[in-house]
Amino acid sequence: MLTRKPYVFAVAGALMFAAAACGSSDDSSASGSSGGGSGSITYWASNQGTSLESDKQILQPELDRFTKETGIKVNLEVVPWSDLLNRILAAATSGKGPDVVNIGNTWSASLQATGAFVPLDDTQLNALGGKARFLGPSLAATGAPGQPPVGAPLYSTAYALYYNKHMFKDAGIADPPKTWDELVADGKKLTKDGKWGLAVEGASVSENAHMIFTLGQQHGGDLFDGSGKAQFDSPANVAAVKQYLNFIASDKITNPSDAAYSNGTEALQDFIGGKAAMVMWQSASGTLKTGGMTPDDYGVAPIPLPDPSSGGRQIDSMVGGINISVFDSAANKDGALKFVKFMTSKQTQQDLNKAYGSLPTVTDAYDDPAFQTPEIKTYQQILANTAAPLPQVTNESQFETLVGNAMNQLFADAASGKPITDETVKAKLTEANQQMTN
Amino acid sequence: MVVSATSRPGGGRGSGDPGGPPPPSGAGRGRATARLSVRLRRVGLPYLLILPALVLELLVHLIPMVIGIGMSFIKLTQFYIRNWSAAPSAGWSNYHLAVDFNGPVGRALLHSFFVTITFTVVTVALSWFLGMAGAVLMQGEFRGRGFLRALFLVPYALPVYAGVITWSFLLQRESGLINHVLVDQLHLFSDKPFWLIGQNSFFSIIVVSLWRWWPFAFLVLMAGLQNIPQDLYEASAIDGAGWTRQLRKITLPMLRPVNQVLVLVLFLWTFNDFNTPYVLFGKTAPQEADLISIHIYQSSFVTWNFGTGSAMSVLLLLFLLLVTAVYLLITSRRRSDA
Repeated sequence: MLTRKPYVFAVAGALMFAAAACGSSDDSSASGSSGGGSGSITYWASNQGTSLESDKQILQPELDRFTKETGIKVNLEVVPWSDLLNRILAAATSGKGPDVVNIGNTWSASLQATGAFVPLDDTQLNALGGKARFLGPSLAATGAPGQPPVGAPLYSTAYALYYNKHMFKDAGIADPPKTWDELVADGKKLTKDGKWGLAVEGASVSENAHMIFTLGQQHGGDLFDGSGKAQFDSPANVAAVKQYLNFIASDKITNPSDAAYSNGTEALQDFIGGKAAMVMWQSASGTLKTGGMTPDDYGVAPIPLPDPSSGGRQIDSMVGGINISVFDSAANKDGALKFVKFMTSKQTQQDLNKAYGSLPTVTDAYDDPAFQTPEIKTYQQILANTAAPLPQVTNESQFETLVGNAMNQLFADAASGKPITDETVKAKLTEANQQMTN
Repeated sequence: MVVSATSRPGGGRGSGDPGGPPPPSGAGRGRATARLSVRLRRVGLPYLLILPALVLELLVHLIPMVIGIGMSFIKLTQFYIRNWSAAPSAGWSNYHLAVDFNGPVGRALLHSFFVTITFTVVTVALSWFLGMAGAVLMQGEFRGRGFLRALFLVPYALPVYAGVITWSFLLQRESGLINHVLVDQLHLFSDKPFWLIGQNSFFSIIVVSLWRWWPFAFLVLMAGLQNIPQDLYEASAIDGAGWTRQLRKITLPMLRPVNQVLVLVLFLWTFNDFNTPYVLFGKTAPQEADLISIHIYQSSFVTWNFGTGSAMSVLLLLFLLLVTAVYLLITSRRRSDA
C-alpha cells in the first residue's frame, strides 16, 4: 500500500495542476464575458472624463437607470485608451470579451474587417430611431462605406482651437486667428517670459496622425489613393508635416519640450497652467473645468482654414467621436442591443454629453439649452461644414501607428535643432509608407 | 514546489525503501515477477513524480512556443484573428520580410538588433562591474553593512513599474529633477537636454536598466563570496599576498562558476527585457533606443500583423539559443582546461 502512495500523489498532483489551470482560465473568461445569464451584460467604456474613476461616477447613474428600465444588470469597466485597442483585439482573437464596447470611431473600418462586431442592419438601425436621427458625419465614421455599420455613434467630437482670453488680451490680440499666418504671428507675440504661443502633443501617435490628416487635406493631399494604396509621402502630406513641425522648428511658437509629450494630457495641462496660450484639442471643456478654467478664461474657435485660392480643401478637423459596438461573441446579444438603444436615447445622450463636454450624436438631443453654448455651436458648425472622417480603410490603424511614429521622430529632430527640410520629412514618411504591409 | 517534489524520490527510496522486500502476501507466486514489478516501480517512480512538472512545462512554455512558431508561417492579420485556421499560409514570406535588410521592415529590425546588442553588452558589463565592486567592498565587517546591503537591493525588490515610471518623471525635460539639477542648479548646459527622445534616450535606458539589474549581480556575487573559505585568504595573507593579488588569484577564480551563470542570465534578461523600455518610453520607443522586444511588439500588435511579429520572435529565439550554446561551450571548455 505504501508503495502506491507516491503514484497517487503524483497523478493527483498533475490532475490538480491541470484542473487549476483550466479553472483559472474559466474564471477569467467568465468575468470577461457576460457574467452569465440573460440578466446582465458587460460593458467596456472608454476613458472620456478626467480619470477612470470620474467616468465610473458619470456612467453609473445612467447604468442604474438602464437596469431599472430593463432589469438587465451592467458590469462596467472603464478601459484607458492606451489599452483599449489591445483589449479589443485580444477579445476578438479569443472570442471571449465583453458584450458591449466603446471604440474610437477611427478604428471602425479596421475592426469591421475582423468581423468581431455585430453589423447593424436597417432593422436594427430603425430600432435605434433610423439613420436620419444620427448626425451624418458621425454615422459615416462607423465603418467602410457601403457596408452596414459596426456600431452606433455615441459621442461626437471635433478639433477646435482653444485660446486663453487673458493672454490674448495682454498681448493686445483682439480675435482668435483665422489664418495660419495670423496664428503664427499671434503665437510669436504670445511667446515670451517662458510662455509659449501653442502647445502640441508631439509624441502622441494618435494626435500626430489626426493633425496630419487635417493639415494634409488643407494642402490638397490624401493619405490613401483611390485604390486604397498608402501615399503618405506625397508632396501635400510632406508640406503638412513640415508645417506642423515648424511650430517648433522655425516659427518657434511651441516649446521644444512638447516634442516629448505623449500621454494625451500634457499639452492641455500647459494650456490650463497658462504656459501656452493656444492648443488644438477635441472637446476639452470637461478637463478645462476640472482644471479651474471657466468659459470666461478661454475661447473656442475653428482651427484656421487654408486660403480658398490655394487649392486646398476647406477641412479643419477630422470627425472625431466614440462609437458603441456589440461583440459578435456576446453571450447576451439581445441585452447588448437594448443597451445600445438606451445609450443612444435622447435622455442618456443629453446627460452623458453634458458631463463630458462632447456633442450628442442624435439630432433630437440638441433641444437642451446646455447644447446652445457658443462652444458647442462652434463645434456643431465645424462638424456640419468643415470636418471630414479619417479614411475608413481597413489599415487605418496601421496608418495611425506608422505615421504617428514617424512624426514622433521628426519632432525629436526638430526639438533638438536638427534641420527640418522637405527631404528629411519625405524620407521618414516614405519609410512609414513602405511598412504598410497589406 | 515542483522542484521539491522532484527531489523527493531519492530521499524516499533511500530511507524508507518500502518497495524493497517482496509483497508479504502471495508468496506462492514467482519471485521473478514480483522483483520485476518492484524494479519497474523503482525506475518509473521518478518519472511519475516529475510528471506534474512536465505537464506544466508543456502547458506554460512549449505550447505557446510551438503556437508562436506556427503563427510565423501564416498571414495573421486583422482579417483572420477571429479564425486562425482561415489565415492563408505565408510560407517563409514573414521570414523573408524580417531578414530582407534592403527592405524597410528588415532594415528597421537590423537597426533595432544592433541597438539592443550594444545596449545589452554595456548594461551587462557595467552591472557585473558594479555588482562585483559592491560585493567585494562589502565582504568585510563594518558598521551599517546590513543597511547598505538592503539599500542596494531596493531597485531589485521594487515593482518594475513603480521604479521605472519614477525614472521617467526624473528624466522629463521640462519638469524633471535631472534637468533641474544639471541646468538650473549646476548650469552645465545652456539649453535643457532631452533625455527621453533623441540621442540621449539611449543613455537613459542604459542608466535605468543598470539601476534595475546591478542589484541582482550584487546579490549573486555576494552569495558566491560567502562560499569562498576564509582560510584561503588567511593563508595567502601569510604568504604575503596583497589585496589585489587576493582578488586576482582567489576571489575571481573561485567565483568562476557563479560568474558563468550570472553573465549568461544577465545577458538574456537584459536582451529580452520588455518592461523597462515599455514603461520608460511607452509604446513607441525613440529610434536611438529602439530595443528589440519593443520593436517586435510594435511590429505585431500595433500594426496588427502577428505573423511578422512571430517570425521576428522566432529569429530572436534562435539567436539567443545560439549565443547561449556558444557561450556555454566556450566557458565550459576553458574551465575543463584549467
